[in-house]
Parts: sequence; C-alpha cells; structure tokens
Amino acid sequence: MASVRLAGVEKVYPNGHVAARGLDIEIADGEFMVLVGPSGCGKSTALRMIAGLETPTAGQVFIGEHDVTALPPQERDIAMVFQSYALYPHMTVRENLSFGLRMRGAARPAIAERVAGAARALGLDAVLERKPGQLSGGQRQRVALGRAMVRDPKVFLFDEPLSNLDAKLRVETRAELARLHRRLRATIVYVTHDQEEALTLGGRVAVMRDGNVEQVAPPMEVYRRPASLFVAGFVGSPAMNLLPGEVRADGVWAGPGGLVLPPPAAPGARAGTGRVTLGVRPHDVAIVAPGAGDTDARADVVEPRGSELLIYLRLGNDGAGGELRAVAPPEQQIAVDTAVGVRLDRERLHWFDEPTGRRLD
Amino acid sequence: MRAGEGAERREARLAWRLVAPALATILLIALFPLLWTVWESVHLHDLRMPWLGRPFIGAANYLEAFRDARFWGALGHTLLFTVVTVTLELGLGCVLALAMNRAFRGRAVVRAAVLIPWAIPTVVAALLWRFIFEGQTGIANTLLVDAGLVRDPPVWFIHSGLAWVPVVLADVWKTTPFVALLLLAGLQNIDASLYEAARIDGASAWRQFRYVTLPLLKPAILVALIFRTLDAFRVFDLIYVMTGGGPGTSTEPIALYTFNSLLQNLRFGYGSALSVIVFLITFALALGYIRFLGAGLTETRA
Amino acid sequence: MTPRSRWGTAALGLLVLATAFPFYWAIVSSFTPEARLFQRPSLLPTTLVLDHYRALFTERNFWVPIRNSLIVAGATTAICVSIGGLCAYALARLRFRGKAPLLGLILAVSVFPQISVVSPLYLLLRRLHLINTYPGLILPYLTFAMPLTVWLLVGFFRQLPAELEEAAMVDGASRLRALWEVILPLALPGLAATAILTFVYSWNEFLFALSFTLGPERQTVPVAIALFRGQYQVPWGQILAAAIVATAPVAVLVLAFQRRIVQGLTSGAVKG
Repeated sequence: MASVRLAGVEKVYPNGHVAARGLDIEIADGEFMVLVGPSGCGKSTALRMIAGLETPTAGQVFIGEHDVTALPPQERDIAMVFQSYALYPHMTVRENLSFGLRMRGAARPAIAERVAGAARALGLDAVLERKPGQLSGGQRQRVALGRAMVRDPKVFLFDEPLSNLDAKLRVETRAELARLHRRLRATIVYVTHDQEEALTLGGRVAVMRDGNVEQVAPPMEVYRRPASLFVAGFVGSPAMNLLPGEVRADGVWAGPGGLVLPPPAAPGARAGTGRVTLGVRPHDVAIVAPGAGDTDARADVVEPRGSELLIYLRLGNDGAGGELRAVAPPEQQIAVDTAVGVRLDRERLHWFDEPTGRRLD
Repeated sequence: MRAGEGAERREARLAWRLVAPALATILLIALFPLLWTVWESVHLHDLRMPWLGRPFIGAANYLEAFRDARFWGALGHTLLFTVVTVTLELGLGCVLALAMNRAFRGRAVVRAAVLIPWAIPTVVAALLWRFIFEGQTGIANTLLVDAGLVRDPPVWFIHSGLAWVPVVLADVWKTTPFVALLLLAGLQNIDASLYEAARIDGASAWRQFRYVTLPLLKPAILVALIFRTLDAFRVFDLIYVMTGGGPGTSTEPIALYTFNSLLQNLRFGYGSALSVIVFLITFALALGYIRFLGAGLTETRA
Repeated sequence: MTPRSRWGTAALGLLVLATAFPFYWAIVSSFTPEARLFQRPSLLPTTLVLDHYRALFTERNFWVPIRNSLIVAGATTAICVSIGGLCAYALARLRFRGKAPLLGLILAVSVFPQISVVSPLYLLLRRLHLINTYPGLILPYLTFAMPLTVWLLVGFFRQLPAELEEAAMVDGASRLRALWEVILPLALPGLAATAILTFVYSWNEFLFALSFTLGPERQTVPVAIALFRGQYQVPWGQILAAAIVATAPVAVLVLAFQRRIVQGLTSGAVKG
C-alpha cells in the first residue's frame, strides 16, 4: 500500500475546459478518501489522473515516494473499478480475474490461488466459468471488485462503482466496501456524486466544485462545519436552509421574514459590514407555538417521511418571507396553512460571508 | 521510456507509428499519382508518337477540351445521367425506406433481397439488363408486346435516346436499395415517442412526415445524396458494358471519354487534362455538399 | 394489419419482385439452349440444359479469371485490413494532433474518382513492368480499398467502450497488448464485415482491371465477362452462366454477414 499525493495538479482540455485548477490533495497510506461533487466538478478527471488515464497539464502526481506523473497506467501498480465495470465481455469470470496477474507475468499456480481466494471472498465460485453477459448486475459488480482485489495493488481507485446498482443492493454493497477496506487496509480513492455515499464511506471526504477542492475533512466535520456555502448546500439531506441577510448598523443580523439574530462572533461580521448568509439544517429548526420562537411562519407542505416529517414553511406572518425547511418528529401535529413559530438551534448555526461564500468563525 | 516524456507525447508517437503504413500507402498510390496527372495534363504526351517527347505545352490540352464537342457531349451525358438517376433513386429509396420501417413482417427478407443487387459486380448488373433489353425479341420487348403497350418493339440500343432507358433502369435497380438502407437507418434513429407526441398533438400522417420525419431524416438524405451524386458522376462500368458509349458517342460519359483518350488513343496528356477536369468537378461537388451538409447537421442538432 | 401497413407490405413485395426478376431471368436463360434465347422467350422455361456452364469451364477456361480475382481481391483485403486496421485503431482511439485532417484526407481520397489516377498509374506500372501482373492490380486497388477499410473500421472501433481498454491498461497491459488481448477479439465481427466489404469491392472492380491487364491470363472476373462478346455474335448463354458464377460467392458472403454489413455501411449516415 502507498500514499497518494496530487501537487498543484491542473488539467485544461484542448477545447479550453478546465477540469482541475491546482489540486492539492494528500491521501495517507491506508486511507479511504472520497472525492465528491456534482457532475463536471473534476472528480473523475482527478481520479483518472491518478490512474494515468489522463495527463495533468501542470503539477505532479505521487504514489508513495514516486513521481508517477509521466508513467502510463500499466506501470503505476493501481487497480480501478469502473462505473460500467468494464468487464472483458469475451472472457470468463476466471479469465477476467486473472487478466491483471497474467499481464504482470505472475506464475500460473500463483494466479490460480489468488483467483480462487478472491472468488471465495466475493462468493463468485459458482460463476467462475461464466461470461459477464450471463451475470446479474450485483455479480458483475463483484467481479469488478475481485479483479481489483486479486492484484494487491498500491492503490484502489473507484469511479462511481455503485451507480449501476438498484437502491437496496447499493446500500448492502456500501457496507461491504467499508468492511473490505477495514480488512485490506488498502489506500482507496473513491469518486461519487452521491453525498450520502461519501459521508458513509469516507475516512475523509474531499468536496469538489469547478475543478477546485472546497473542503477536505472527515465526513462528520464536513457535515457539522461546512467550509463554504457550496459545501453547506451540497452535503446533507434534506439540504441545509440558506437564508440571505445582513448585519445591520445596530449590530444584529436581519434575515428574511422578520428573522433577527445576534450576529456571528467572527471578525468578518462586524456591524454594518454587509451581507452574511445564515445556514441552518432542517433538523436544527424546531416548530413551536406561534410567537414562542425566533420568528413566525406558515406551514406550506408537510411530507411524512416515515421516521420524521419534513415541513416546508413560508417565513413571516403573511408567509411572504421565503422558504424554510424543518424536520419534526412524526407524532407532532402540524396543520397546513396555519401559523407556527420556528426556533433555530443557536448551537448549530452556520454563517457564511457573501459574496466569497467562506465560513465565518 | 525517455525521462520526463509525457503520456500524451507517447500516445501521439504510437499513433503516428500505427498510422504511418496506411498513410504512406495513400500518399504514394493516391495523392502522388494525382499530382502526376496534373503534371501530365500540361504536357504533350502521346504514346503513339514517342518521338515527340514530352514537351510542356501549358494549358493547350485544356483549351482543346473546351473546344472539343465530344468533351461537352460527354459532360452533358454525365450530368443528365447523374440528375436523372439520383432523383429517381432518392425518391424511390425514400418511399421504400418508409415502407420497410413500417412493415413488421419480412423485414429481414427484404433487407437481404435489397443487398444483393448492390453487392454484385456492376458489370454483371449491366449484362443482366442488357440481356433483358437485347434485340427485338428480348424478354422486355416480349412482355411489352404481350401487355399490348407496344406494337412494334424497338431495338433499344441503336437509338441514341432509347439506349438511355435500360442504362438508367439498371442503375436505379442496382442502387436504389442501397439508398433505401441508408435512409432506413436514419428512420430507425428517430425516437418513436416523437410520433406519439405528434399524434397526440393532432398531426395528420402527412404533417408527421413533413414536420417530424423529414427534418430528422435530413442528415441521412444528405449523406445518401453525396454518395450517389459522386458515384453517378464517375459512372463507367455500367455504360462501358451496356452501350460502350454508343450508338456513336451518344451515351458516352466523361469517365469513358477519358478512358478512351488514355487507353484507346493513347493520348496521355489530353486524357490527363480530362482526368483533372473530372477530379475538379467531383471535388467541387463534394465540397459544396459538405458545406451544405455541415449546415444541415448543425441545424438539426441545435 | 392497418391499411397503411398493408400498403407498405405491398410496396415491399413489389420491391422484392423487381429485385429478383433479373436474377430469375438470368438463371433461367443460363440453362436455356442458345438458339432459343430470343425465340418467343417465356417466363416459364421448358427445356433446361447445362451446356453453357460446361462450355464456360472447358472452352473458356473460366477458372483463370476466378483464380485471378481471388488472388487480387484476397491480397488487397489482407493488406487493407492489417495496415488499415492499425491506422483505424489509432484514429478511433488515440489522442494526437492532426487526427481530424487525417480523417478528412482519408474521406477525400475515398470519394475521388478512380479515372483521375488511371493515367499516372498506367505510366508508373509500365515503368515498373507491372502491367498485366498481380501486383500491378493489387497496388492500384489499394487506392480505393484502403480508405474504405480505414473508414469502416474507425466506425467499428469507436463502438467499443473506451473503458475496456482503460481497464486493460490499469490491469498492466500496454496499449498494444490491450489492442491484441481486448480490442481485437471484440472487434472481430466488425473486422470480418469490413474484410468482406473490401473483398466484394475488389472482386467487383472493373476500371483498373480493364486498364492494367492485357490478356486473359491476368484478367479478373468482371473484365473477362465484359469481354466475352465475340466479333460477330454475343454468346449470351455463356455470359449469363458466367454472371451467375461471378455473383454467387458475393451473394453468399453478403447474405451471411448482412446485419453487420448494413451496420457498417449505414453508420456514417446515422452519425452524420
């Protein structure tokens, strides 16, 4: 196993599209790093540059101590699981699993032993002689995993490996991947667009946007202390409420719908300095009696979600002050179109500077 | 591997190495001869009169062509043949493609039936049709008489006008199926839900064709048009075998006149000038179409 | 069936009939005695004889043009698929500068008229003493066959997912090894279809074969058939028999691979 380091990596395509702007990411030996972001944020390009399938236009890629920037993929000793699995359709499962070892000139008995081991671990014994076309989606996914595992590479790369599975199988495989990582102590770089997958799997999560890394941190830190407005809005479901407002000359923060709060205790938020956005997760908004909270609102839509209620509120007495989402326990009675009070958890407010979007504090 | 060499440089180097043999072949046997043709065309070069040498004579060969009634005749025949066959083939091809797209049964049989005329040697197609129209008592004349359409059956190949009929028929027979296949592929690319949407919007069959099928089929139609025009313009095999350009030179296309100038009369300078003219016209046609096609494509993709 | 699809079926029936008729008539006539070919021909034959086929192979020695055609078309196909295959792979898969102009050049060469290069090729072959030889046909055939092969194969290679090759490289294979172990086996059907098309085009070619051969010993099938007509009479029975013999192998090949061939031929139109 080995560490991976991207140092000032930049990728500009010939058509002018910038997929990576000076990426600096360090992934420790044995770490499970998830690159997450919306499509087009450069996460897949970053992964492909680690694999050697794309060449950076500037900067360096290190695997362990070695600068591998100019090495082709076959000389990097990495394994990759592709979104489409990319199983060789003309080879049996056994041949698929042995291909990497064969290419690296492993001895026949060694190959047989490793393939048998991986097949046993992944429950593929029964299908070794079948071709990928005869397998179920879940089995194919396992073969793709197995093809990476048998090689014992320095780094595992995963490119959205769960996106072709149905929801139930995805959750099961997610847990299995976490167990696998614990057992192999492998260095893993994992790309996904699904923030939930990122939070559940990652040892650390790198949230990317427009070829930049917005934040690299352990999942709970990304969730609890998002470093930017973008991260705040991207991570967490239902998404965080982001309320634009202003720190007034009299020293209080005034938001939509008559919401007035003491400003953040940060140097960037002095009185009268301008626009500051408040972020608060729906789970941190409590619904109380009218007049008993920080402000009043009207319940617009109530969505029962089984374990909880998701309530779409309209801020202000008249309901004209913008939308706010709140989560309430399922037993709470909330009538649509009636006035309620809302109280924000003061311990869990997030303040962001405008227009930079950086977190204040 | 050289130190510091990027993967992209390496990939490009491999690419050129793989491309090189084919590229060399194309340059050597296609582009180099083309330049040679141009060189020949500005020289006097008559293989029957080797003592004349190969003096440079400038545009004399071209000027001769422009004064040569047989050249203009050949050019006219080629244009006539091209316009008539391409129009017929595209029209019929379109109808057939629509029919094939609709029929559920027998599509495989039809596709096979359609491929064979396209796949056989043009020489064979020419001979089959020549045989059908041969003499006064060939099968075509016999059937025409039996059907009461003709009382006095003509000898098709001795009339300068009638001789075109079997020629055009043979070409339409051989190539319409191919055009239909191209258009069918285009039709099958059109999302069926578009027709459902158009029907729900109350569009009649004709309007569905006019506003859904035709615009979306335009790229395929243009491709077929290019292929067919360029192909028809260089027609040689078919006419060489069916009429030999006759009677007289009344069905002689430009490719056949060029061939005769070269290999019958052995006038390589003059023949090369004709070759260059054919090439330039083809090139201009192709360029014109490609600009047209390019515009058509961006329009339909927007 | 709806009335509209009935019309479609009727149109297709007519098409099949029109397509088949010349073949039917040629087959029937090729078994009809020469003397009766133009005497009140009837759609339903009465007397069938094998004379024309017998004469074709005994008097005419039709084996010679068949052999010539097989050699020339076979060699052209082998050269084009191997050399053109490598070129097509690079054009379909590798990133390098100059790819677009190269594709343009190949397309341009594939549409330019054969007649424009007859004169220099004749002079060149004459100087190399290759007139009336096999290489003297194979070389010119590459002018049209090479661009065709490359063009078709680029289409087939592009259909294969790039990730398979990337997976092979991550698995430790070099580009060429990935080509050999992964891409080639998967491209095999496409290669076969391309080879068949190239073979068919070469088998059918007429202008070069007519221009660069002198006598029956090197003439290809189309030239031999076209030049069957004697000075005073046209031996229609033998011509038709020869036409059937020349067509049969092509028809069988094309029918066996029709799905792939249609796919290869029409991919250009679909992609635009």
